Amino acid sequence: MPTIREIEQELYAAKHNIDLRTGDTVKVHVRIREGEKSRVQIFEGTLIGMHRGGPRTTITVRKVSYGVGVERIFVLHTQTVDKIEVVSRYKVRRAKLYYLRDLTGKKARLKPMRGWRPTDAHSA
Amino acid sequence: MSKAYSGLLGRKVGMTQLYLADKDLMVGVTVLDVSGNVVTAVKNAATPDGYHALQIGILDKKETRVSKALAGHFAKCNVKAKKFVKELRASAAVANAAVAGAELAVADFFQAGMLVDVVGTSKGRGFAGVMKRHNFRGFIRSHGTHEYFRHGGSIGTRLTPGMVLKGKKMPGHMGAARVTVQNLAVVKVDVDRGLVFVKGGVPGANGGYVIVRKAVKG
Repeated sequence: MPTIREIEQELYAAKHNIDLRTGDTVKVHVRIREGEKSRVQIFEGTLIGMHRGGPRTTITVRKVSYGVGVERIFVLHTQTVDKIEVVSRYKVRRAKLYYLRDLTGKKARLKPMRGWRPTDAHSA
Repeated sequence: MSKAYSGLLGRKVGMTQLYLADKDLMVGVTVLDVSGNVVTAVKNAATPDGYHALQIGILDKKETRVSKALAGHFAKCNVKAKKFVKELRASAAVANAAVAGAELAVADFFQAGMLVDVVGTSKGRGFAGVMKRHNFRGFIRSHGTHEYFRHGGSIGTRLTPGMVLKGKKMPGHMGAARVTVQNLAVVKVDVDRGLVFVKGGVPGANGGYVIVRKAVKG
């Protein structure tokens, strides 16, 4: 008999195996349904927090749009998240970057991780 | 369904969540392992048994743990001794077609969308107080309550009727009893591994034995 953890890992392998880290700039391909039709929109921003919870894993992505901070929380394993890719990686020292909310302009920048290139493990 | 058994035996693997893409919905599911069901005896109305039923079993038992009487019973249909054996009523057609020793296929019983009843043994709670066992409210925490927080209060009146009524809810042994949960929807079936994903909870601990049968009221 398989364990429940094994089953969970299989069920959610696709997006579970993406190498996502706090501080990454990610492109989230959001599936938007308008009545019958559905289309994909890209939400690009900084991953400021991950809530790792197996099937319930969520990510919080923050971007500044026309000077207004926008944060969206995605439930990773739903079809709302059509695809997700890591664009660039930054050096961060904590798991949740909520302090970015209070910073603007040059202070809100993160330090790039030198020599980092996205691979296949960084999109799904 | 031509080969409609009334049910299968299985074990509770555990609970997880399943994402239903068509409904855009996350549902809590219990995973049940119903693989390896083997017919260990067939009862037929034509024989002295007088009714139609299949005796089925799952999980092989160590030979050293099998009594000679049981060993003989399992040898009759040429199967290894089983740990969990139950008899389930069957229709005449099923009982007539059934062969002792044959394995019951998961695909023949389960389809996504059908309703099932799951019978299991609930987790034992030991000797439980009245708050846990009967959902009593207990007593107020303040205003001088002394050593009376989780008590049940009065259990009756005075001279009339002069006794405690039968069936009065009191502390006692709780759980570890046979519990049936009705009308659980089958969300997904993994035929290869014999796994069934059922919407909602199922009595008992992970690894506990369950009977999965067609919903009586479905």
